[in-house]
Amino acid sequence: MKLRIAGLAALLIALPVLANVDTNSVAPDFTLNAQGGKSVELTQFKGQVVMLNFWASWCGPCRQEMPLLDSIYKKYSKLGFTMIGVNVEPDSKAANDWLKQTPVSFPILYDTDSKVSKLYGVSGMPSTVIVDRKGTVRMIHHGYKPGDEEEYLSSIRSLMRE
Amino acid sequence: MRVLRVLVALSVLQLLGACAPLEPWVKPYEREHLADPIMALDRNPISSDYLDHVFGTREGAHGATGGAGGGCGCN
Amino acid sequence: MTLRIAALLACTALGSLPGAAGVLPEDELDAMYHRYDGGGVVVQGPSVLIRKKIGDNFSVSYNYYTDMISSASIDVLLSASPYKETRVQHSASIEYLHNKTTYSATFIHSREPDYIANTSIFSLSQDMFGDLTTVTMSYSRGWDQVFRDIKLSDGAIVNDPTFAQRADHRTYGVGITQILTRNLILSLNYQALTDQGYLQSPYREVLYLDPTQPKGYGTASQVYPGTHTSNAAAVELKYYLPYRAALDGSYRYYTDTWGIVAHTLQLGYTQPWKHWIFDGSVRYYKQNAASFFSDLFPRADAQNFMARDRELAAFTSYTLGVGAAYDFQIPRVPWIQKNTLNLRYNHLMIDYSDYRNALLINPQAGVFAGEEPLYRLDANIIQLFYSLYF
Repeated sequence: MKLRIAGLAALLIALPVLANVDTNSVAPDFTLNAQGGKSVELTQFKGQVVMLNFWASWCGPCRQEMPLLDSIYKKYSKLGFTMIGVNVEPDSKAANDWLKQTPVSFPILYDTDSKVSKLYGVSGMPSTVIVDRKGTVRMIHHGYKPGDEEEYLSSIRSLMRE
Repeated sequence: MRVLRVLVALSVLQLLGACAPLEPWVKPYEREHLADPIMALDRNPISSDYLDHVFGTREGAHGATGGAGGGCGCN
Repeated sequence: MTLRIAALLACTALGSLPGAAGVLPEDELDAMYHRYDGGGVVVQGPSVLIRKKIGDNFSVSYNYYTDMISSASIDVLLSASPYKETRVQHSASIEYLHNKTTYSATFIHSREPDYIANTSIFSLSQDMFGDLTTVTMSYSRGWDQVFRDIKLSDGAIVNDPTFAQRADHRTYGVGITQILTRNLILSLNYQALTDQGYLQSPYREVLYLDPTQPKGYGTASQVYPGTHTSNAAAVELKYYLPYRAALDGSYRYYTDTWGIVAHTLQLGYTQPWKHWIFDGSVRYYKQNAASFFSDLFPRADAQNFMARDRELAAFTSYTLGVGAAYDFQIPRVPWIQKNTLNLRYNHLMIDYSDYRNALLINPQAGVFAGEEPLYRLDANIIQLFYSLYF
């Protein structure tokens, strides 16, 4: 009897808390507005390698990373790759002001009510999620330090070969 | 026996979701205001160190004037 | 003239405690002019700071600070003559960031004609719980050499060769910063400080009633205890107002083995506007006197320990502060990210409850020792500094 209680207790403790987005899980679908008010859905990029970057204008490492993401996008966008910048700010004004000064060519979506941030369990700023052509999450990266872009590039290159 | 009791207690708490594990209630993407420079605990350390020195040489009390943390929580 | 020793140590010396959590501080160059003017004392000088990241994990900084002192304070006028001297302080600091932990080490060397102070400060700061909590621990050690200036017959000022003392200091500190909501930060700080050795000023004297003397009082050397232990605990809250402003309040409780209990309460308000950031603050401070302090002892050798330093007297002080900072860009110089010009003004008012202005003792005019007016002090404190971020 005691052994059964102990076993059950151990099992309950071992249960993971909130199942978040993990590598090799399906990337949750979402629809957000882009610049200009156009509605964009994640599944419309199926067949391409997609890199989601959660960023904010108030986040130093995010701002530092953006020009590098732009050069990655420019290099691979015609080869079946797309970059999506998901801005997590409830008020988009500061983000748009910053984009005017430091424009990027990849699409920016506005997650003003944080529903996609919650959906993807964003646990660091910035956060990068790379999704393969079939819609499966293949890489999750938190934070940005100079040199991280090499990690992104090697992941993107190998996924594009699939 | 004690181990069993602890295990049961932990699993009850887990079920209640009350204590272990407790999730951070301010998410990284909600730190806009905290990342604002005006919310820094010490925006000008060179200035506050000087004032601490001015008061410290004229008063009996010293200490406990530090404070690190807050901010954007990035990386 | 020595400045309060322990103050040097409690001073966190230019970011020797880590600032924001989980990131190294920005590269910057600061040049400040500081000036204190009050109570017959003018202390002014520069403070220059340079801070640079090295690689991704290290940040180093150096600060050069000078106090050019011109003192005709009440203490100086009572027992000596006005003097001028300069104190120079060098500080070097290194910070190392590894994942969520920041380690820092700081060394400070301060030198003036009659006082040499060396201090080392070590601290560790750890982010945890989704970066909502930052725990900081710090330890510092100070080694001081105390000398005494004497004036030779030809007017030269030298160290008295018969006088050389030491003072040692240690502090232990722990702090927690906790993000409470998206708009509210809480900071708790505790510090224990111990000092031992020669802890007094070699120049100041105590007064005691002596009807046989022309002014009705006699003077004698101060005698301080050889040890001193203090505890300070502080709490601070900072709140973000929805229209973009910040409100902060803090309280510190201090107590020590010399019988001093002190309360410090501060309220501040920060208002940004376009390229400006304005600050306003009010600081209230109250302490009671040390157990061995007296403005006028009843007789010579009244106690084992005797002090008349007004830093150990009972007093209340108010400080009002305002500040304005202006951010600007310099065109065509892209490696400079930001420039800020900062002006801060503080007005300090101290009302002593049991320390009198002994310069006004004049038995002929009916002002007897122990009955002269209580001392009051007003001071203007100005800081003007330019910060360059690159």
